[in-house]
Amino acid sequence: MRRFEYLRAASIDQAIERLSFDPGAKLLAGGTNLVDLMKYDVACPTTIIDINDLPLGDIKETSDGGLRIGALVTNSDLAFHPVIENRYPLLASAILAGASAQLRNAATVAGNLLQRTRCSYFYDVMTPCNKRTPGSGCPARNGLNRNHAILGASQDCVATHPSDMCVALAAIGTMIVVQGPNGARSISLADFHRLPGDTPEQDTTLRNNEIILGIELPPAPEFQRYSYLKIRDRLSYAFALVSAAALLTIDDGVISTAHVALGGVAHKPWRDTAAEVVLVGRPASRGNFHQFASMLLSRSEALSQNGFKIELARRTVVRALEQAASRTPQSQSDKRVH
Amino acid sequence: MEVRANTALHVTLTINGVERKASIEPCVTLLDLLREKFDLTGTKKGCDHGQCGACTVLINGKRINSCLVLAVSRDGSEITTIEGIGTANELHPLQDAFVRHDALQCGYCTPGQICSAIGLISEGKAKTRDEIREAMSGNLCRCGAYIGIVDAIEEVIAAPRRKTVR
Ligand SMILES: Cc1cc2nc3c(=O)[nH]c(=O)nc-3n(C[C@H](O)[C@H](O)[C@H](O)COP(=O)(O)OP(=O)(O)OC[C@H]3O[C@@H](n4cnc5c(N)ncnc54)[C@H](O)[C@@H]3O)c2cc1C
Ligand code: FES
Ligand code: FES
Repeated sequence: MRRFEYLRAASIDQAIERLSFDPGAKLLAGGTNLVDLMKYDVACPTTIIDINDLPLGDIKETSDGGLRIGALVTNSDLAFHPVIENRYPLLASAILAGASAQLRNAATVAGNLLQRTRCSYFYDVMTPCNKRTPGSGCPARNGLNRNHAILGASQDCVATHPSDMCVALAAIGTMIVVQGPNGARSISLADFHRLPGDTPEQDTTLRNNEIILGIELPPAPEFQRYSYLKIRDRLSYAFALVSAAALLTIDDGVISTAHVALGGVAHKPWRDTAAEVVLVGRPASRGNFHQFASMLLSRSEALSQNGFKIELARRTVVRALEQAASRTPQSQSDKRVH
Repeated sequence: MEVRANTALHVTLTINGVERKASIEPCVTLLDLLREKFDLTGTKKGCDHGQCGACTVLINGKRINSCLVLAVSRDGSEITTIEGIGTANELHPLQDAFVRHDALQCGYCTPGQICSAIGLISEGKAKTRDEIREAMSGNLCRCGAYIGIVDAIEEVIAAPRRKTVR
């Protein structure tokens, strides 16, 4: 690990100020991604600003009946919070599908949002990688790309975003509240993570001198049906090949709202609201779910090794929708897929 | 902002009930501090990247991978390592159950397994065998003693022998 200066921010403004004049500075939350990347010399901050003393650890109801969750709330505390368990079970389920109990105890909301890709070339500083070293090339495009993107990739980058939590947040529809030198702003989750294009070094639209204060969830509709289905090479403690977060409301067998997000398939959690509209007003049937999945994946493109993910994603979407519709969400401990 | 220098920083931790101080560089992980500075070598280094759980300790009662923690960032915390859990004469119920259920072979993963299981029990979420298996998935065992490990934890959750589990 390279040497760095360590500071402990006493206020949000201090952290922002330091970020503004020190381009080599990075914020430290749980450290489970940043410290790991520093050990590989993938991240080489010259200054670490520890934000763990900042007052960003609360979960509060908002005036519109939604929920405001502080950036430093740990993934475990969030998944086990009674309001999350009861009103946002999709989010609890997705968080518990990720990482391990130990990692979730350290990992925070903001750190999870900003975790970086697990592409093996990104992690290996001896190889080129446009995300790590802009302009150096993308060996994954024609190399080991079994885990890589099938949607929204570019010539320059085929990496995926590895988070489970963010897939649920995409389906729920979440705002990210951030603060910079000129005050606070909110970014919708759909606009927060970006597609790689020709600037894959930028994972998100967060500016270098901004700090995430927290996230805001909209009020949870009653009687919502959900499932988070994660498919991976081993049943636990592994990143998704493909995952699907499904939220449905159904009245008399007819779908009134459908929100579906995919993980493991793109540079960001993948959602297509235009395709979702097609499900509305139609019966919650397998045929309709298939048709929707085909629309959702209509622009998918296979690389040399990941063609299987297209069919896997189609089946995962259909199965997650069926699980949601029948009120039998995927269990994150009994791994049989029903 | 409290600006601290690049070189030695002071940390104070309460480790297994004893206050310990050290002067360390900020890049030192809690795992390396425990093993190299405090000679508490019960906590093991497997992968050093959060992928195996051998380094699991309890920080303020919660199980965490000490290899991904910068020690300076946890200044003031209470740490429990395997050295603070039971003694040869008075085993912790989990240690006792691990012995009886043959829940180890080489023993390298065991300190992390025990700390993780203590964390699991105090979380109070995992009850069934499937739930225990899932909640222990952050602890790998190269010897494959998983069946014994789950048996031991299941037994302690159902009926803690000897002293109560903390
Ligand atoms: C072995 C292993 C397996 C894993 N498996 C999974 C998995 O299956 N699914 C999954 O979803 N995740 C998985 N993870 C990733 C894990 O979820 C992330 O490491 C974690 O969420 C990061 O949170 P953190 O608080 O530790 O972030 P940190 O490492 O502290 O920070 C990550 C990034 O966020 C920035 N940051 C942190 N807080 C803020 C803030 N408030 N404002 C602005 N920037 C901020 C930091 O500067 C840094 O760039 C795994 C990790 C490991 C090591
Ligand atoms: S040494 Fe920390 S998880 Fe492997
Ligand atoms: S007992 Fe050998 S690694 Fe678990």
